[in-house]
Amino acid sequence: MSKFGRFLAASALMGAFATSAMAEKSFDYAFQGSLKSLDPYTLRETFTLGILTNVYEGLIKRGPNLEILPGLADSWEVIEPTRWRFHLRKGVKFHNGNDFTAEDVVFSAERLNSEGSDMKGRVPSDATFEIVDDYTVDFILASPNPILHYEWELWSIIDKDWAETNDSVRVTSASDTAETPISMMANGTGPFKITEHTAGVNTKFEANENWWNWENREFNIDKVNFTSISADATRVAALLSGEMDMVYPVPTQDIKRINSSSTLAALTGPELRTIFLGMDQRRDELLNSSVKGKNPFKDIRVRQAFFHAINAEAISSRIMRKQAAPSALMISPFLFDNADQFERLAYDPDKAKALLTEAGYPDGFEIRIDCPNDRYVNDESICQAVAAMMAKVGIKVNVNAQPKAQYFAKILASGGYETSFYLLGWTPGSLDSHNIFANLYGCRDDAGKGGMFNIGGYCNPEVDALAKEILVENDAAKRLDLVTQAYKIVTDEVGYLPLHQQGLAWGVSKDVSVAQRADNVLRFEHITKN
Amino acid sequence: MLAFIIKRFVQSLVVMLVVGLIAFVMFRFVGDPVDQMVGLETSIEDRERLREALGLNAPLPMQYWNFISSAAQGDFGTSYQFKRPVAVMLGDRLSATLELALVSAIFALCAGIPMGVFTALYKDSVLTKLFQAVSLVGISLPTFLIGILLIYVFSVQLQWLPSFGRGEVVDIAGWSTGLLTSSGLKALILPAITLGLFQMTLIMRLVRSEMMEILRSDFIKFARARGLTPRAVHFGHALKNTMIPVITITGLQLGSIIAFAIITETVFQWPGIGLMFLQAVQDVDVPIMAAYLLMIAFLFVFINLIVDILYVVVDPRIHIEKA
Repeated sequence: MSKFGRFLAASALMGAFATSAMAEKSFDYAFQGSLKSLDPYTLRETFTLGILTNVYEGLIKRGPNLEILPGLADSWEVIEPTRWRFHLRKGVKFHNGNDFTAEDVVFSAERLNSEGSDMKGRVPSDATFEIVDDYTVDFILASPNPILHYEWELWSIIDKDWAETNDSVRVTSASDTAETPISMMANGTGPFKITEHTAGVNTKFEANENWWNWENREFNIDKVNFTSISADATRVAALLSGEMDMVYPVPTQDIKRINSSSTLAALTGPELRTIFLGMDQRRDELLNSSVKGKNPFKDIRVRQAFFHAINAEAISSRIMRKQAAPSALMISPFLFDNADQFERLAYDPDKAKALLTEAGYPDGFEIRIDCPNDRYVNDESICQAVAAMMAKVGIKVNVNAQPKAQYFAKILASGGYETSFYLLGWTPGSLDSHNIFANLYGCRDDAGKGGMFNIGGYCNPEVDALAKEILVENDAAKRLDLVTQAYKIVTDEVGYLPLHQQGLAWGVSKDVSVAQRADNVLRFEHITKN
Repeated sequence: MLAFIIKRFVQSLVVMLVVGLIAFVMFRFVGDPVDQMVGLETSIEDRERLREALGLNAPLPMQYWNFISSAAQGDFGTSYQFKRPVAVMLGDRLSATLELALVSAIFALCAGIPMGVFTALYKDSVLTKLFQAVSLVGISLPTFLIGILLIYVFSVQLQWLPSFGRGEVVDIAGWSTGLLTSSGLKALILPAITLGLFQMTLIMRLVRSEMMEILRSDFIKFARARGLTPRAVHFGHALKNTMIPVITITGLQLGSIIAFAIITETVFQWPGIGLMFLQAVQDVDVPIMAAYLLMIAFLFVFINLIVDILYVVVDPRIHIEKA
């Protein structure tokens, strides 16, 4: 072959490569829930906030293993215990071309705590801000807060100028009766732009070539199409038929079906959410129980007996088909470094019976368990399994399973905590233990002041005092020690009956690679497609 | 005729008021809308403020009155979840449902009538046996199962047709249609069959039994005796006379096709009003639920009226009593 001929062949080959590389890669996926308002401050819900972080960005970012990484802030330091300095990334532009500066951070912080925002408290409401220069901003806090920035990945920074010119300074609140521009369009700094959004149906995204990290990007997709498919069978079928590159969540019974396909795989892993049972330790007489005039759950022996009677391994292997990790604590071991120091009370029906006899219930008693049937993975089946296990030690548990809308209306503060035995799941929004002690273990009154989600009303002033210390302790080692102490107390007192961290299950085509995060957030910037 | 229509109109108003009332009483048991509108960690004070702003603290009769009086002026309120006027949302989604309902009604008629005629004329044919077996399936299997079976065969196994959604849609003066794009047409096939299968079997069985009865009647014998061609006898006389019950049933079924599209829309994630209603129930989005129920009630009342009027047109023997 002549030199010229070789040259021709080579360039033809390169041309072929070039065109195949130029072909647009689109990533289609479906999720159970839907995306409604695009205003990132309207609804504090992980899916909504998570999908919006592909478009908007926070000062920090979390990686595939939830590690904290610099986001719009390059670096930060605690100058004084109550003064944090954030150095902002330079050269970042919003999708409309505006520069990102300290002004936008302060504007976003104020908007976050304004009337109608569902994100209040993500920046402490008594914090003040000082713009040092265009790319440096100080947060001055009323009290030290070592986890100030933990939740900030999902706190989207909004462009001040854009919000002002588009009548979007005010948050689109839940009580609004008209759409505001920001609930229909988005202008962030993130790697993807929204090109089309039909609320509750589908949303289309396109890669943002002006993204600050474009040169080092990991993803190679140009377009993302999100569709909400609520019916489990249809969602799985859309994946099996090849119309979708990914769907989630996948029902546990379909995991095998997906894995048996040569082009698909189920990506599973433990989620951060802990599923647990709560017991009424506040009322003097239990609701819907055969015991009258007293509350057996106030007796620690009864709580221990319940714990010993539950076989969490069996629930995990049979009901959850191994898609759950039995837990000794009310927090995922991902989020608490000393989790390995804790163990579940052993499954031991005989011991449970002995404890019940000792507590004065040799023949057991009857109680109702309230349970959602459309909120957590296999929630109703778990309650039924618990009822069967309890029957073995003489406790008759009647299962009352309801759709989440009715369930939460009844068992939460607004419904007067109308339950004495219930199943709930909890993910600490801050990804930190303090959230658990404040919300689930904090003493509360009848109106819910204090530990608002402490439905059973567990109360130990010692734990409350520790929680206060944990909140302001800046020293990491000391803080871990305090957290461990507090978990020791609540575990010894059997404040709750933790069951497991439920599993995540994503159905993914083998053509794509995604990073599965334990908080169930999908970040487009980790997606590659062949 | 006018008096009849006016009387019917007043009756329908009462029906709709009652439907509205029943719906409102039921909403009490659906759950708390506020819980669905804010995140889990929202404070009690913020929730209470929201409840007050939405008027949820007002007594039930008051809420009902507010709803009815603004609905009478064409204002169905604002969706709790979407912050958009419900009337606009229903309008946006209506095209998807109506398109699906019409196509499945046409499918039911175009397949059901010929199958009914055929099975009535050729009682012992193998094809008749086959049609009757199909009709048994259509009448006894629940819609969602048929939908999932069709998805399994045509989307998952054969990969011929999409398993969800509407495909590409084209907007024509505010009406989004999937009838003009190939992906839209493809997406329409499975849901339309799923939704129309029950109606098709119903029409087929109806036409068959009516036809068999009419073929035994005297005027058919006379028509045959006159030497008319079988074609004229069967289609000019027999089929025409079976049309009265078919019109009634088709009319009434059109209402239920729209109303019960809920299940088909859920299985195929078809973005119509049925799916929107079902999601509204899950989210306790009271304004959408109320408006949807009223709309469906209106639809049934209206279709009944049209069917009554059509009777007179098709069969001059029927007279409307003077009011």
